[in-house]
Amino acid sequence: MTKEDIKQVVLDIIADIAPDENLTSVKPEVRLRDQLSLDSMDFLDIVMELRKKHGIEVPEADYVQLASLDSCAEYLLPKFLAKGAK
Amino acid sequence: MSSKPRIVITGLGLTAPNGNTLAEFRANLLAGKARIAEIDVRHMGRHPAGVCDFDTTKWQKRKEIRNGTRVGSISIYCAREALGDAGLAWDQIDKSRVGVYLGITEHGNVETENEIHNISQFGNDTKYWTHHHNPRTVANNPAGEVTMNLGITGPHYTIGAACAAGNAGLIQAAQMLQLGEVDFAFAGGVSESIHTFGIFAGFKNQGALAQHADPNQASRPFDKERNGIVISEGGAIYVLERLDDALARGARIIAEIAGWCINSDATDAVLPNPERQTECVRLALARAGMAPNDIHIVSTHATATALGDIQECTALRAVFAGCPDTRINNTKSFIGHCMGAAGALELAGNLPSFMDGWVHPTINIKDIDPECALPGLVVNLPVKVDKVTAILNNSFGMLGINSALIVKKYGVA
Repeated sequence: MTKEDIKQVVLDIIADIAPDENLTSVKPEVRLRDQLSLDSMDFLDIVMELRKKHGIEVPEADYVQLASLDSCAEYLLPKFLAKGAK
Repeated sequence: MSSKPRIVITGLGLTAPNGNTLAEFRANLLAGKARIAEIDVRHMGRHPAGVCDFDTTKWQKRKEIRNGTRVGSISIYCAREALGDAGLAWDQIDKSRVGVYLGITEHGNVETENEIHNISQFGNDTKYWTHHHNPRTVANNPAGEVTMNLGITGPHYTIGAACAAGNAGLIQAAQMLQLGEVDFAFAGGVSESIHTFGIFAGFKNQGALAQHADPNQASRPFDKERNGIVISEGGAIYVLERLDDALARGARIIAEIAGWCINSDATDAVLPNPERQTECVRLALARAGMAPNDIHIVSTHATATALGDIQECTALRAVFAGCPDTRINNTKSFIGHCMGAAGALELAGNLPSFMDGWVHPTINIKDIDPECALPGLVVNLPVKVDKVTAILNNSFGMLGINSALIVKKYGVA
């Protein structure tokens, strides 16, 4: 599993929870909130889907780590690898 | 009610199992076309049910649909259609003077059952319970979703009134308009009940859930072979305003609210009480300043339960004996029981009678129950009458709530 894989995992989740958004040109280094119409409930959806689909827990104190695709990849990759992802 | 402002209907939007516009709904009622599906009910297998097929994306973004509820989508569709029908210049309307009053039989069962099922897939660990649960299940949800979709900043709430709720929503709106609380009201009733197995299981274990090899014949009020309720979803929302305001803006007036009554049996949680129903209808007539023979159509509540239909017929006989001009019909025979939407939808399907003089029938009667053989009952085929100037809409519900709403053709003394 690579950081690019993680970004795709997050984008797939966003595609489900924000189906009206165009995700073809999301900039990985820019905060998701600054380029997509996402609110706090949507970020809770991302946390929930990571939990349900991938068994990944994101403690509330770490929610800020989900700000951009780059920060998601940086933060989540060790968690996925720890779960045995290849 | 003569000293209070007169209230009129100036717009209407609906979705029923057999129509997503009033024109389509009405055409099917006159053509005798039921539309009942058979659906898989969680834990219970297949059962007849009335399913609506309106386009949810017509007035909502997909994210709104995902985050909201089915009944929220029904409400938004109906309210938006009503807005268009009313010809309101929405951009120029003061949104703080608009109210939303929607009748519901129940709310929250669907989302709660879904989440219980969801966490059962995760060992019943509540950390998998959705954070959307509370906004989806608060009792004001359907009305609140309408305000968010339309930018309405006036009051909104639902009126919980079991299966009398459709009438209750309209009555609440009329009262708020008379009090001057709002200038426009979106009002009626909505239901998503086919998506909760609890309603099906409850009626089944009560011996009141319809069964038939042909779903379109499952809902058969007044017939000897009736065996219970067909559960349906749907909605009907009206635009109501004060007559003077409607005239001032040159609105098309569909009908005038003439009188109403809501009362309570205070006898049994599920068995209706014909004496209280009689009192309810008589008080609505008195408030409308009408005699029984002034009513040209009685839209019955009858749900096709063994006792309930007889009880309502007993009440109607008491009031309408000797009324040769009063016709009686039923809409549930076409669309099943739309619960919180029932009263509002059943009224809607009869309103065109003011213009075309046709009275739609009750269908699926092969062998009429003698105890339900009311003289004015319109059976299986529509009838053309000389005039229709007043409609009585009955809607009754559990815990003994009765509602009777009378509307009349505008311009008739």
